[in-house]
Amino acid sequence: MNFQLPEIHISLMLPELFLFIWALLIITFDVVTKRKNEHTVGYLALLGLLIDGAILSVTGYGSGFGNMFFNDPMALFFKVIFLGSAFMAIASSFGLMHQKIVNHRGEFYALILFSTVGMMFLSSSDELLSLYIGLELTTIPLFVLAAFFKDDRLSVEAGMKYFVIGAFSSALMLYGISFLYGLSGTTDLVQMKINLAITHLTFKDIGVILSLAVLLILGGIGFKLALPPFHQWTPDVYEGAPTPVAAFLSVGSKAAGLVAFAKIFINGLYAFYGAEMAPNDWGRLVGVGAILAMIIGNVVAIRQTNIKRMLGYSSIAQVGYIMIGMVSMNEFGLTSVGFYMFTYMFANMGAFAVVAFFEDKSGSCQISSYRGLSKTSPFLATSLTMFLLSLAGIPPLAGFVAKYAVFAAAINMATSGVAYHWIFWLVGIGLLTSVFALFYYVNPVKQMFFSKEDSPYKISLSAPAFTVVLIGLIGIVLFGLYPDPILQFASQISASFGFLPH
Amino acid sequence: MTSPQVGIVFWIIAFVMLISAFMVVSLKNIFHSALFLILCLFSVAGIYVLLQAEFLAAAQVLIYVGAVAVLMLFAIMLTNNLASKKIRQANRNVLVGFFVSVIFCFITLVLLVKTYVSVWGKLKPQAVLPAQNVLVFGKYLMTKFMLPFEVVSVLLLAALIGAIVLARKERS
Repeated sequence: MNFQLPEIHISLMLPELFLFIWALLIITFDVVTKRKNEHTVGYLALLGLLIDGAILSVTGYGSGFGNMFFNDPMALFFKVIFLGSAFMAIASSFGLMHQKIVNHRGEFYALILFSTVGMMFLSSSDELLSLYIGLELTTIPLFVLAAFFKDDRLSVEAGMKYFVIGAFSSALMLYGISFLYGLSGTTDLVQMKINLAITHLTFKDIGVILSLAVLLILGGIGFKLALPPFHQWTPDVYEGAPTPVAAFLSVGSKAAGLVAFAKIFINGLYAFYGAEMAPNDWGRLVGVGAILAMIIGNVVAIRQTNIKRMLGYSSIAQVGYIMIGMVSMNEFGLTSVGFYMFTYMFANMGAFAVVAFFEDKSGSCQISSYRGLSKTSPFLATSLTMFLLSLAGIPPLAGFVAKYAVFAAAINMATSGVAYHWIFWLVGIGLLTSVFALFYYVNPVKQMFFSKEDSPYKISLSAPAFTVVLIGLIGIVLFGLYPDPILQFASQISASFGFLPH
Repeated sequence: MTSPQVGIVFWIIAFVMLISAFMVVSLKNIFHSALFLILCLFSVAGIYVLLQAEFLAAAQVLIYVGAVAVLMLFAIMLTNNLASKKIRQANRNVLVGFFVSVIFCFITLVLLVKTYVSVWGKLKPQAVLPAQNVLVFGKYLMTKFMLPFEVVSVLLLAALIGAIVLARKERS
């Protein structure tokens, strides 16, 4: 056994360290100024995220702490998404600070930053133990954030539900991880891939126990992703949680789940995919989840009257599309997953931000109360329309390119061999449900634009609020018309998995 | 498990553990539930001892029995009227839950038995002398697993702040 102190290379984890210290500073600042400042803490948090982005851009690739901390293109790409979603969530929460959250502003921002640190740490781990701890650090602050309105029954219910189901699902995941450890004798994912293959070749029959492990881990990660059948909590939590928190849940936490999924299933269990040596083909299992996600998400969303619940179901459906890219495990598949998540961040954070501003003003999340908004607040109405159309995948917005990339990758993989023909089913159902999706995405648009009455609410945007909407708009329009730089960036993700077929 | 005596001890502990765990989730008096939880956690520590993981057993007793469960007892006793109240632990989903857990148990058992026959019966555990258990564990914490060990403290800090935010009484 080797007990040498590993080389540390602390410069690799400067972004995480900085963000952690910044979160502590924010709490201290809030307490020292006797919680009188209404917006300063928020601006401080935004500043911290900007500085962190700058630090991230100069952080190189490499590994530190032995192999515990690992910066690769995938980690870098997703860290940008984590920071971006945290930025947009914080910038859209200024209205809340004014009205509802009076006592714990510093803690609110610090918990979002802690969660972001967890996500970043998770995306840099190449090892089951640190991956699990990263996932917990991501989730535990979110439990608290979901229940942040302590006097609001819905918010408390959301926090409680998220907590109970979250604790249960991490227990499932740990149980699955223990099986993987038992079969391979290591927690290091790359080593695990080799050891599992050896165990399989020696004993011929580890498929059974492996499928149990896969099911359990899928349960744990499926909860983070809201992948059916582990999606039940989503609409209730999104409805009850503060809107910026719901937005952060739907993008940041989901991206973290995707990274964890890619690391465990593609890095650790790659040998057990497709036809090569498949005692347990997890791809089909995930494929079933994706089909369920697209059907449940898109069909149930049609019946929703609350826009936050509708966006909740829409996020379930979006996970279905993302998972199509994930099971198309070639170079294009991972590129499309990265690109999809990147554009989804702009569209979804933007849509939730508009919902948050409308809620701050009107106190309502009902779709019917958006009636006539285009006449009193044309900019906001137009922006929400753009975000929803991008989520629906209408050209020339970025959501269209993302969906196109996912389906193209899937068809590419499906045609590569008989063993992958089942992916055609995913594509077919994906295309079909995209049509359904139009119904509910267009419904708020119809209310806002094609109503004779004027809306009673006129919404004026504060500077940070305007920035969020503008970032979202620029994101979906620019990367819809000119997706090449992001696709280039995302295509490096598969370099993290050097063994993938090209 | 080498000798038959160890096997007998295992079955006794496992039996106590299962019964007390069932009591925890079925009794109507929350105070009694908490007491049975302590028994259950003790039995888990017993299993750890049988597996020659003495450090884990000690930590289990110190943290779960000594700190968590006792804290729960304090919380119950300090809350008004909670200790003597009758609370139903199950709602109308109890039947569905029962079936789901039976199915899950069945699948797990079948898979475990099948795998034990084909694989685990032949695998040898990577032996560490029991006396060196704690030593190896400590050295790993300070070398290979140093980073996760540090991040756990960040996690604890986040949980602590969150708990304070949720539990604090607000001045209006």
